[in-house]
Amino acid sequence: MTSYLDDNHGILSWLATRDHKRIAILFLIATAGALLLGGAFALVLRIELLVPGKLFLSAMDYNRMFTHHGVVMVFLFMVPVIPSVFGNFFLPIMLGAPDLAFPRLNLASFYVYVAGAIIVLAAMWFGGIDTGWTFYAPYSTTSPTAVGVATFGVFVVGVSSILTGVNFIATVHTMRARDLGWMRMPLFVWAIYATAIIQVIATPVLGMSLLLVAVDHAWSLGIFDPAMGGDPVLFQHLFWFYSHPAVYIMILPAMGVVSEVVCTFSHNPPASYRAIAVSSLGIAFVGFLTWGHHMFVAGMSTFDVGAFGFLSMFTAIFSAIKVFTWTATLRHGAVWVTTPLLYFFGFMFLFVFGGMTGVALATSSLDIHWHDTYFVVAHFHFIMVGGTLTMYLAALHYWFPKMFGRMYPRRWSIVAATAVVLGFIFTFTPQFLLGNAGMPRRYWSYPAEYQWLQILSTAGASILAMGLALNFAYLVWALFRGARVERNPWGSRSYEWLAPSPPPLHNFDEPLVIRRGPYDYHLPE
Amino acid sequence: MTAIEPGPAHARARVREADVQFENLAKQAHAVRFGIWLFLASELLLFAGLFALYTAYRTEYPAGFAAGIRHAELAIGTVNTSLLVISSYTAASALRAIRRDARRAALGWLGATLALGTVFLALKGLEYSHHAAEGALPGAYYAFRELPEHGGQLFFTLYYFMTGLHVLHLVAAVLVLAWLTWRVSRRRTTAAYHADLEAGVLYWHLVDCIWIFLYPMFYLLT
Repeated sequence: MTSYLDDNHGILSWLATRDHKRIAILFLIATAGALLLGGAFALVLRIELLVPGKLFLSAMDYNRMFTHHGVVMVFLFMVPVIPSVFGNFFLPIMLGAPDLAFPRLNLASFYVYVAGAIIVLAAMWFGGIDTGWTFYAPYSTTSPTAVGVATFGVFVVGVSSILTGVNFIATVHTMRARDLGWMRMPLFVWAIYATAIIQVIATPVLGMSLLLVAVDHAWSLGIFDPAMGGDPVLFQHLFWFYSHPAVYIMILPAMGVVSEVVCTFSHNPPASYRAIAVSSLGIAFVGFLTWGHHMFVAGMSTFDVGAFGFLSMFTAIFSAIKVFTWTATLRHGAVWVTTPLLYFFGFMFLFVFGGMTGVALATSSLDIHWHDTYFVVAHFHFIMVGGTLTMYLAALHYWFPKMFGRMYPRRWSIVAATAVVLGFIFTFTPQFLLGNAGMPRRYWSYPAEYQWLQILSTAGASILAMGLALNFAYLVWALFRGARVERNPWGSRSYEWLAPSPPPLHNFDEPLVIRRGPYDYHLPE
Repeated sequence: MTAIEPGPAHARARVREADVQFENLAKQAHAVRFGIWLFLASELLLFAGLFALYTAYRTEYPAGFAAGIRHAELAIGTVNTSLLVISSYTAASALRAIRRDARRAALGWLGATLALGTVFLALKGLEYSHHAAEGALPGAYYAFRELPEHGGQLFFTLYYFMTGLHVLHLVAAVLVLAWLTWRVSRRRTTAAYHADLEAGVLYWHLVDCIWIFLYPMFYLLT
């Protein structure tokens, strides 16, 4: 059968497609653009910070730049990337379904994303935004920059996220192949499912809060302005009620990728399927009860601080269950070190280190010292960005042969993976030290004694950037020139490898009959 | 694939097949029903954030909110509430009619529902204009002399934002139901497959339900 890539030609056959795989590729291109843009903003910041005071950006432009970096990376890259690209591509295949439940809705959610992204980018181009990606009121509602337009754009992107979430949940519930029970689904499906639940429940609250900011900014309603009787801390509550769970929207899909990569390359079933699946739901649930830890110093009773700190630490327990299960899976397996597995090793370091600093930050006495410093910046970059970025790249390298039927140059990919992981660690380790020494986040200038750490951080960022550029170069090359691969180059047992590489229009030549579990390595393939 | 036997009742009905990703129409209808409920849950949370905001500010300014409610257009609000409740009944009746394949009855019920929704919107517009004439406008434009405190100002800001968002939802619901009416009239939505109408009617009920909460919040709880 002809693959989905050759099924139909011409630009319209892509732009008007309803095939989940083609929509996934559209999302792949769009989110790669977002990564490139957000990365460029980050490099501009890092270069400016090489010297105390002005190098080439004014303080106002610096404020705009870190806001643009945060907004693009969080809302246009990290939130959508793994669900919309790999979830879209593999969820139906892993369920033995010919497509998602609502293919037209899927295409709509792509265009809603694009529309939102264009609005956000237009706001950045005309006037910029200087509030930080959290849009804290009352500054955000009075800022002279294009905050109203930008928050409206993020609201539109949120609608896309909700539509995707609804589609995924409905698909998991109604489209599973015959004999594919819940406990036989690949763990990636569980992760995407848990993520979709958070998307559907938390995103509307963020959307509404940002809509309030947009309307307030446009017509000075003063909903969060103390001068008109409003309460700015209320905005923080509403904002973090979504944005904390959003951290799990970013990290849970990454964890799903980890489970697939670890099992495939240790040729071993997970040490406990149930522990991984249930801890995903546990994180999704507890994630809704921790938002207050962002506001320990914003005026909160001691009891609330203690309660939110305690609940935050629960997340660490569920995360630790996963980390130990993955390690145990490797321990009993026949490990094959490949590029995706290298990224997994990077993930483990970043996730565990970032997680431990998270537990430390959840302790209110320590948080008062570290609050709003580079320590927090380094913490969330390690756990959230490090976790998501490494596993995004792992997923790309793991599933590339399935998605495009070709293999990338493996040696180059190992060089690039090493550069990305080491560059990342090199960028943010100095920032932990800077934060602990008292460097506040979002500052344009700093005392001279911090300079050597800032320079080290910028050096790390350049290594990271080179690693990403290398990734981009050989992956694009491999799209056209990579060696052809057969159906299952990794010898995986998961269901997506039963489909041809690349899969045909409706994924399987004949309806999939599930005879074994996705990790039954003791059975012949 | 489930095809409809072309009997006399369906003489002009198109033979409806399930979309390619579904095994049969029953599965497709199940997925649509499941999907719309998820979407409704998401919509409820959109308003939940606003209910939280209302609760917080009402606790902070109980007197201002009570005074604001005493200035509400109780008559229009009450008429509007009954219009929406009746419209939920007519919408449900349209669904019942389509299930027993009474196309004309269904079209009648849908027309009544659309009319009730439109009258609601017109009355709401009238109400907004009354408030605007008094100077009870949101935020910085607030110039309502009888109620100068912050509480009153915030009350009217929330009033405009929440009822305004509800109006947008009702406009969307009217458009969706108008499109579904067209589908029923062209025999695209029939007794054999009407999950789309079911979803549309469920959405209508949601818009109605939200109003049932807004009504006491902005008209009754003095």
